[in-house]
Amino acid sequence: MKVSVIITLKKDVLDPQGKVIQQTLNGMGFGDINEVRQGKYFEIDTNENDKKKAQEKVEEMCKKLLANLVIENYKIIDSQ
Amino acid sequence: MNSSVITFPGSNCDRDVDIALKKFGFKNKMVWHDDLELPKSDLVVLPGGFSYGDYLRCGSMASKSKIMKSVLNFAQGGGKVMGICNGFQILVEAGLLPGVLLRNKYLEFICKNVFVKVNNKDNSYFKDVKKDIYEFHIAHNEGNYFCSNDQIKEINDNNQIALFYSDENGNVNEKSNPNGSLQNIAGIFNKQKNVMGMMPHPERMIDPALSGEDGSIFFENLINNLR
Repeated sequence: MKVSVIITLKKDVLDPQGKVIQQTLNGMGFGDINEVRQGKYFEIDTNENDKKKAQEKVEEMCKKLLANLVIENYKIIDSQ
Repeated sequence: MNSSVITFPGSNCDRDVDIALKKFGFKNKMVWHDDLELPKSDLVVLPGGFSYGDYLRCGSMASKSKIMKSVLNFAQGGGKVMGICNGFQILVEAGLLPGVLLRNKYLEFICKNVFVKVNNKDNSYFKDVKKDIYEFHIAHNEGNYFCSNDQIKEINDNNQIALFYSDENGNVNEKSNPNGSLQNIAGIFNKQKNVMGMMPHPERMIDPALSGEDGSIFFENLINNLR
């Protein structure tokens, strides 16, 4: 089973990279942007075929390594 | 006094710290990250560098390496553990210190001398130290200390801030903050004050011919406190 997870910065954490990307987009003529926030995306291919179990495993991985919960949130967006 | 310096893949200040510790009287051993046991130590140092190429988040991979179990046990038993630069990042990722080190506010790698002011001398690292303001070197891309509101309250309530970025007169303000660090934090302790992490490199200030001697004052005082 392949589990997809995205990691994003929490709302009140400053994202200077996102800000620079936004400024660049503005400079390219994309004027109508309120904010850009940058995140990370992981695809984890496991041998676990049970969807619930696979998601639980990935959730544990997020808590222990993939995300730093002081500044980041994780969200499993797909399992197939 | 016995010390240990852990070398992770990508550490690059391990030999500098080794030289500094030996210069001021420590019997230092280098320890490989894949080892399981720490040698008998009065101080363990996690050095600066770019462990695991800073993959995922700085220090995150190194914080899970084999030797870190022994380092955690050592710290939890009251052993002195000091992290410098990448070592500081590893300590927060390992959960030995609160908070996290984010990318510098202005997205630039900063490599320069700065002044830091000692905030708390009631610990083995700074007790009886002769100076309050030090000129140390910093070289980092992720030194912007950040933590939650609850954490910063706890840090202040327990007097856990070790060092502030300041100017040469000890003024702590936005102008003397090189990287956007919360409250100008350059270094912090754990609650018990046996674990300390700091972004500046005292080991780069131990030779008057090369740099300065503020690091010498720090290491000399440290070994005296541990004796």
